[in-house]
Amino acid sequence: MNLDHSILTLLILTPLVGAIVVALIPDREDGSKLHHIVALVVTLLTLVFTLHLPAHFDYATFGRFQFEQNTDWIANPAIRYHLGVDGLSMWLVVLAGVLAPLGVLCSWNAIRSRSRLFFSLFLLQQVAMIGIFVSLDLFLYYGFWELSLVPMALLIATFGRTENRRRAAIKFFLYTFIPSALLLVGMIWLYARTGTFDLPTLQQLAATHAISTNGTALLLCSLAFLFAFGVKVPIFPLHGWLSEAVQEAPTAAVMVIAGKLGLYSILRFSFSIFPEQSRQIAPLLIALGAIGIVYGALIALVQTDLKKLASFATLSANSFIVLGIFTFTISGLDGGAYQILNESLIGAALFILLGLLYERYGTYDMRDYGGLAARHPWMVTFFVITGLAAVGLPMLNGFVGEFLILSGAMQTFVAHHVLWTVVGTTGVIFSAAYMLWMIQRVFYGSLGLRPEEVPGWDINPREHVELWPLAVLFLVMGVFSPYWTKGIETYTTSIASRQIASAAGTPVADRPAAQPTGFVDPNLGAAALGKQAPATNKGARY
Amino acid sequence: MNDTLLWLIPTLPFAGFLINGTIGRKFPRALVSTVALLFTLVPALIVLKLWMYMKSAGAPDHFTLTGAPWIAISGYQVNFAFAIDHLTLIMLGIVTGVGFLIHVYSVGYMAEEEGYWRFFAYLNLFMFFMLVLVLAASFQLLFVGWEGVGLASYLLIGFYFRRDSAANAGKKAFIVNRIGDFGFLLAMFLLIAHFGSLDFANVFGQVNALPHGLTGGFLTAICLLLFVGAAGKSAQIPLYIWLPDAMEGPTPVSALIHAATMVTAGVYMIARCHVLFDRSPFTLAVVAIIGCATAFFAATIGTVQHDIKRVLAYSTVSQLGYMVLACGVAAYSAGIFHLMTHAFFKALLFLAAGSVIHALSGEQDMRKMGGLWKRIPITFWTMTAAVFAICGVFPFSGFYSKDEILYQTFIRGGALGYTLWAVGLITAGITSFYMFRLWFKTFFGEPRFDEAALAHGHGAHADHDENLAPVHLHRDTHAVMLAEPGQPEHDKAQAAHPHGVHESPAVMWIPLAILAILSFIGGWVGVPAALGGHNEFEHFLEPVFATGATALLPAPATSHALELLLAAISLLVVAIGFFIAYIFYYRKPGTAAALAARFHGLYNLLDHKYWVDEIYGRLIVSPLLGFSRLALGGLVDGLIVQGTGATLAGGTRGLGWLARRMQSGNIRSYAGWLAFGAAVVIAIVLFVVHPTHTNTLTLSR
Repeated sequence: MNLDHSILTLLILTPLVGAIVVALIPDREDGSKLHHIVALVVTLLTLVFTLHLPAHFDYATFGRFQFEQNTDWIANPAIRYHLGVDGLSMWLVVLAGVLAPLGVLCSWNAIRSRSRLFFSLFLLQQVAMIGIFVSLDLFLYYGFWELSLVPMALLIATFGRTENRRRAAIKFFLYTFIPSALLLVGMIWLYARTGTFDLPTLQQLAATHAISTNGTALLLCSLAFLFAFGVKVPIFPLHGWLSEAVQEAPTAAVMVIAGKLGLYSILRFSFSIFPEQSRQIAPLLIALGAIGIVYGALIALVQTDLKKLASFATLSANSFIVLGIFTFTISGLDGGAYQILNESLIGAALFILLGLLYERYGTYDMRDYGGLAARHPWMVTFFVITGLAAVGLPMLNGFVGEFLILSGAMQTFVAHHVLWTVVGTTGVIFSAAYMLWMIQRVFYGSLGLRPEEVPGWDINPREHVELWPLAVLFLVMGVFSPYWTKGIETYTTSIASRQIASAAGTPVADRPAAQPTGFVDPNLGAAALGKQAPATNKGARY
Repeated sequence: MNDTLLWLIPTLPFAGFLINGTIGRKFPRALVSTVALLFTLVPALIVLKLWMYMKSAGAPDHFTLTGAPWIAISGYQVNFAFAIDHLTLIMLGIVTGVGFLIHVYSVGYMAEEEGYWRFFAYLNLFMFFMLVLVLAASFQLLFVGWEGVGLASYLLIGFYFRRDSAANAGKKAFIVNRIGDFGFLLAMFLLIAHFGSLDFANVFGQVNALPHGLTGGFLTAICLLLFVGAAGKSAQIPLYIWLPDAMEGPTPVSALIHAATMVTAGVYMIARCHVLFDRSPFTLAVVAIIGCATAFFAATIGTVQHDIKRVLAYSTVSQLGYMVLACGVAAYSAGIFHLMTHAFFKALLFLAAGSVIHALSGEQDMRKMGGLWKRIPITFWTMTAAVFAICGVFPFSGFYSKDEILYQTFIRGGALGYTLWAVGLITAGITSFYMFRLWFKTFFGEPRFDEAALAHGHGAHADHDENLAPVHLHRDTHAVMLAEPGQPEHDKAQAAHPHGVHESPAVMWIPLAILAILSFIGGWVGVPAALGGHNEFEHFLEPVFATGATALLPAPATSHALELLLAAISLLVVAIGFFIAYIFYYRKPGTAAALAARFHGLYNLLDHKYWVDEIYGRLIVSPLLGFSRLALGGLVDGLIVQGTGATLAGGTRGLGWLARRMQSGNIRSYAGWLAFGAAVVIAIVLFVVHPTHTNTLTLSR
């Protein structure tokens, strides 16, 4: 049987069926792990199915979707059941597949009651995520997008850690819901103009400037899209919901709360449907990205709560990606897309590790910790590895993404881009500062108050199973990055080149032209400025 | 030469790291050290083979090994590739040779430590990254080693992680190095932006192809940023502050990482990129001035330190300043020459100091030493060789390399050249003073340690009659403190440690002896023509440094007579330094204290290291943290960002109401909200923003 045309549907259905099955199993008081086991089996099955994609992906096909499934659903309005992936979404689907079993495993002991509700919501969240990544019809996509908000809000409201959980859930819900309404409006306006929700069709129309001649309207519509996505990322300064949600949400939910959905949506929808508008707004987003890097890192530096620190670290890390993708250079886009994967994995590892600490000592307050390295040699090892991946140590995955992002930002040769690159690069100093300081305060020095009272144990076999795959992925993705970037490039090359093409049609102020700037020496003269591009580098797409 | 063998040079230490790092905990100590030593010895032997191959007739003076791509996107690619030329060869020799000796020494030095496996795993990890650093064929791969050695340094400085000072020092080292890396990264981004590549051959080829008169401009920006990186790694002003604190690590680590190899990476990098630096006379001047200032500044601090390792740390900073100065006057081979001799004698100084500390069961304060020369003769004689070498006594190795730097600085001429030479010369005098101070205070005069306390619990060593006031001993270096009292490790360590002043075991003194020989004869490969030699070292490096430099910078006139004169002057200065130390610390031991009391302000300034750490703390760290906490965390995030959220939710009352709604977890109410919100916003946009499009909902294009 050839799975290629049904694999994506299968990927959506598997967790959905799993959610229903879990919901049908009644809660028991005897601490049975039946829900856990079903959820684990379902998520592992989903993971296996996701691996079908990279195994059968055609890396030579650029700018087209694969594993497509395109059938009529509703005639009027014209909504189609259109699924498909390219190199970008493929890896995100695999990412969702990898994270889900880890989420189940790290909830193994953390979720003791109401596990039926927890795991059905968790699996529903999984459905929504995969749905978002594979939908090529705007309306279908919007359904999954909205679906992703509900389970998360309920997970926070029901399984939050403190009394503050409802407030955090409301905040999360409102922050993501109101912009989503804007997104819906934008979509309907697009439909009104074009009569289609189909992404590839819209993409073609956009390329030929056929969506609308009203530039202001297009810009407003693109802003509605960007606003909705930007809150979900979150892009500075739209991150008001993040730290409370992260503090409250259970580990399995935190792992998927930020970053990938919003960033993917920007890459897929904003950049495809609004190529010129995205370019126009790019200088602002580059600035916000660079500011977000430093802002998040500096606030993380002064936190005493581990989860709050991690939430601002997440803001900082996501801001790197924002900075990268809005440069519209191949390097920035590749690095940004790759960094979505890296950041998600690193964030997952970090939150799992914080969860382990909480399970043992019941607090996220760093001041209660200290001197744990001798007691938990394995845990400190994983913490250090994760911390190093997060601060971008070469040979671990974070470096490749950050490097490509920042070097892409520098390549645009615009003076203020250079400035923001410099600002963003200071993030490598601050991130090292807060990460190492955190590790020091938790693990080094003399034994802290909590550990003195409470005996802890080092990582158990189940926790080893959670952490080893992540640690190995950090290394493998840091060393063999072309394996992933070659897939991502099937997406980025088309975006980057189209950006240039559309820029050529319209006089946009910051298009990457060989303008003499402060960083090109005037002494170089015409010969140097117009110098031959070196054979292996600087393709026309820059 | 077999390619596979060459790939093994860095990968073997990495394998050693993996083995000891994952399962070494369960190994007996002998197996841990066997693995660690074997996986460093074999690379050293391969380097030896490579050396013979490169020296053989008909061998290329450089070649490249290209492996799998590391990062490959359209328009930019970097591979795992190694470039081997004579500069690499010298660095490989130093790293594997000195590295192996220090591994051997560590077997004895660390014998009683808890976490023995961890120590050797980290040490092997360091070797891996350092070898990658010197082998790299591109900036980006060099950066792998560059950051990686920083990581190993972080782990090893913080080896005694229960001690706050050690954990702080490790963190400080990493963060300050990151400031340097920030510069390095920006330099790489600019290089990619301008040359489209980070490959050494590619970039340098393009730079060499630029018109000859072309200097400065963006090349200056790149070089200055690279130098920021070098200043971080090689502990130059203003980023040197991490290195003295790094002495918190075990002494073999100080010898290997913080003296012989890692800290010289900055010098190596400048030499490697000389094609770029030659294009920026401004940067070269900055490099020379910073190097010279660092040499002088650190040396002055070194004169008043009491901790034997701190003296050596400041002397390392100072010597690195000399190397950087050499690079700044475009005398790269002189810089690398000093790098090599320094690796010998400074590693030896640290290892011998470690042997002294070992003999005194962890004492590092020179005020509690003295009279040791008869008690630990091997340590004494080897250390003497090292002290003579670092001071530049003829014909020890340091004489040749340091004089080469001073001579090259002098013949650059101009006000700058002469000033730098004069400061370098004075620094040589100060160096001689503080090194002989260390020598006298440690090995001569009355013993000032408490023999009884050292021999405590072990009657065998109680046969000495020194009658001294009881001195509290810091057991700083020995991890006996790591074992909590009452744990079996503690008692075992106590029992195994031979108390009382004692010479180190053979496994420790044999490396000392080998390094002593190298410290003595190591300079003879670079005997200048003025002294009847052939300056073989410089000729060996000619294929590396001859490109670019000769074309751009006018070769200064050389004169044998001048060279001899300058050498004589510097020998005289060294003798003066020795003489002052002799008076102060041997003939009239009270003099120094009297002078310190007399010039109290100056002494205080030096004793507090010019208050640089405090100034950084007050001017940078505290304001930054305060700003983050109050302005960003409190005002912007607390009030504006979070406050907007609260306002958005209609204040707390609205929140409470919504909360009650939400609590039910009712999907229908959510759907209702969705429909309501969407309807409102649709209405606003369609009717207010774009009234013309109100009727187009059902129209297709």
